[in-house]
Parts: sequence; structure tokens; C-alpha cells
Amino acid sequence: MQIDFEHRITAHCENGVASNLLRNKGLDISEPMVFGIGSGLFYVYLPFLKVNHAPGLSYRPAPGWIFNRLAKRLGIKIKRQKFSNPEKAQRVLDENLRNNIPAGLQVGVYHLPYFPEDYRFHFNAHNLVVYGKEGNEYLISDPTMETVHRLTEPELEKVRFAKGVLAPKGHIYYPIYIPQQIDWEKAITKAIKKTCNDMLAPVPIVGVKGMRMVSRAIRKWPTKVGVKKANYYLAQLVRMQEEIGTGGGGFRYIYSAFLQEAGKKINRPALLEMSDEMTKIGDLWRDFAVEASRVYKKRSNQTDVYNKLADDLLHLADLEEEFFKKLKKVI
Amino acid sequence: MKKSEVPQDKGRVSEKGSRELYYAVDDNGEYTTALSTGWEAKNIVQDHTMQEIQERIDQAQEDVKAGVVSPIVYFMELRRMDWQIVSDYTGMWKWRIKRHAKPMVFAKLNDKVLQRYADTFEITIEELKNYRGEECK
Repeated sequence: MQIDFEHRITAHCENGVASNLLRNKGLDISEPMVFGIGSGLFYVYLPFLKVNHAPGLSYRPAPGWIFNRLAKRLGIKIKRQKFSNPEKAQRVLDENLRNNIPAGLQVGVYHLPYFPEDYRFHFNAHNLVVYGKEGNEYLISDPTMETVHRLTEPELEKVRFAKGVLAPKGHIYYPIYIPQQIDWEKAITKAIKKTCNDMLAPVPIVGVKGMRMVSRAIRKWPTKVGVKKANYYLAQLVRMQEEIGTGGGGFRYIYSAFLQEAGKKINRPALLEMSDEMTKIGDLWRDFAVEASRVYKKRSNQTDVYNKLADDLLHLADLEEEFFKKLKKVI
Repeated sequence: MKKSEVPQDKGRVSEKGSRELYYAVDDNGEYTTALSTGWEAKNIVQDHTMQEIQERIDQAQEDVKAGVVSPIVYFMELRRMDWQIVSDYTGMWKWRIKRHAKPMVFAKLNDKVLQRYADTFEITIEELKNYRGEECK
């Protein structure tokens, strides 16, 4: 049993699942549009929450929010279900497949056999699509992978019922209604305003203020927690920014692509200029990652390196503050 | 980033035969996509992370050998877990697990409790009970 479903690789799993599921339903929407209209660009620093033994940092909102916001703004309805019973979860999935409905699933990555060893952490907010079943094997379209994969029933159950923070609890979701008419202009302006407000939020751990807080923290790390821990924290920070899913530069390139596509779609040339600017900011985030990776090469004065990184991050915060203020004005 | 600048170093995803998608601009300034085999800067931070994880595992191994902690700590590190994750998988309170991390307490655990740990770490009860700090798995 196999549903007619086109697998497309995307940068980020949640955008990818949303985009691929909606395309399957006849709404042609790119990953950047999903990300942008879902107000996916975000920044939050959670020093009190340790993730993999390092302070928590996220470049995106909580799992599920992007798709939910997108759905709300476009008038799409999504059905979501969670389970306490794995057998029931499988029954619902199988039933869906019989009815030709490809389903989005939230899963943990630790037990995903096709994931490289280096990425197998207890991270539970990964997303993929199941688009068929042959024998006791599920056909898997994981949008962060170039090709499709297969998982056996027990393998899929394991990842659907992974435990820990954000445990998926068999979470299954799929669009059930797509409106005939979509007001793109309204959706896009609303989404961009939301992102501007998020990034400029008067909250110390969020947006550009969050970046400044991280900058202050980075500066203190070597003396406060020691060079060894500081190096580990920094590695986690760069991983969050660049590792699979962000499309590079902590989602800045995906967002630039969105601004360009949106600007053309609703005919706002100002957005194209903003896209160029965001691309340049994205390049600086990449430079920041390169600079950070130097910490592990040279053993010279570590405090200087951390000070330089803190300065770079402050500069990025200034640029982005200016950027989002401007974006808010043009939209 | 220009499309021509999308890094093509030998990265970790390429090990399993996949590549990563980037959004980059072409010569006309139009956004397009490009696949990347990996990026050296990421390899460096990734390698450093793996190295730290291995150090934690090695330390746990030493501690089991020295009789300071029970095998639970070693397998927890080996499976990249922390107390909270072990607690979530076993369904036991964290303080109880930390108690079980003491070799004296661990030695008295019954098979029912051990089985919950063995399932969590995907090993047998024997492997768990008989682990003495050897190089393994």
C-alpha cells in the first residue's frame, strides 16, 4: 500500500513536512513560505534549562507552532492526535494509510536508524511523513533526508513513543481542510509583523535582547565555568545555529528566501531589498560559526576569542534590531 | 550566501549517503536551493561534542571499575541519556535512580527493577548486572 506522495528534501523538518503534506493536498507552497508565514524565525535563550548538559538555546519557536500559525493564517485545518496507547496509535496510522492520507508524525531522533550516529540525541521534536506500508514496513519521507527510508513497525513505534523532553506520545497530524481562496497579502503581512515583534520583544531572553544576553554570557563563560565547559557550551550553541534543520545561519537564509518569494507574490519590492539585507546578516552568522570553530584549533588566549565572539554577537544583535525595525515599517 | 559558496566538505550526513539543503542566491540574486555534503566548521564543533560525550562515557567506565558508581551510570552515559531521560523511560523517580547508582544499592535490586533499566538501555539483565567497567559496546 503506497500513497502517491512526492518526497522533497527541505532544510528543516517541520517546514518540510508541512510543505510536503500541503503540496500533496494540492496547495503548492514552498518551504520558505511555510517558514515565513508560520513566523518560524525566533531566538530564545533558556539558561536555566540544560539540554545535553549545556544551556538551552533555540532559533525557532516551540515544535508545532510553525505549522499551526501557518494553518491559522491561511485558513487551513489540521487534525492532531496524541496517544497513550502505542497499539491505538498504530491503528490510527494504518487506518489513515488505508484511506490514502499521508500523515505527519512527531518522533524522537535517538532511535532513527538512518540518522548519522553524530545526530542521534534524545531530541524529540523531529518530524517526518509516513506515506505507505509494505508488509510490516512503513514508507518514510523524512524531509531532512535526500531519499525516502523504511522503518519496521517496532522501529516506528519506538521513535513515536520516545521519552524525555517534548515526548511525542505518538503525535500524528495531517491537513483536513484547505480553503479555495487564500488571502496571501494578509497572511504574509501578519506573519512578518509577528516575527518583527518577536525579535524586538521587550523580554530579556527573547529576540535581539536574548542575543545580547547570550553575548554577555559568552564573555563570562571561560572564567565562570572554565574553558573546558565553555568550549562545550559554545559547540552546542553553534550546533543549534548550523546543524541540520536551520538551512545555515540559524534560519536566516530560509527567511531571506521567504522575503524574496513573498515580495514577488504580493508585489512589494521593499521586501526584496529586505531579503538582500537578511542574506548579508546570514553571512555574518556563518562567519560567527567559523570564528567559533577556531576556538578548538588554537590554544592561544581563550578569553580573547570569547570576547571577540561576544562582540560579534552584539554586532549581530544591533544589525538585527535595525533590520526588524525597518521591516516592521515597510510591511 | 552565494550558490557557489555552499560548502562541499565531507560532513557527517554524507556518511549515511545524504546531503543537506541550503537556500542560497544565484548570480542574478534569485534565491534557489543547493545540496551540501557538509561543512568543516560544523565538523569541528560536532567532533568536539562527540569527544566530550566519549569523555563522559570513559569517566563512567572508570567509576564503575573503581566501584564508585553502579553500571546504571555507565549505560546512561553510553546511551547519551541524563537522569531525567532515564527517569522518563523507566517510569521511576529521579532520586530513586540516583540511589540505584550506588553500587551497594544496585547489588540488591530485583530482576523486575533491573528489567526496566535493561529495556531502557536496550541490553539484557545479565549485561547490566555483570558490567564491571570493561571497554565495550
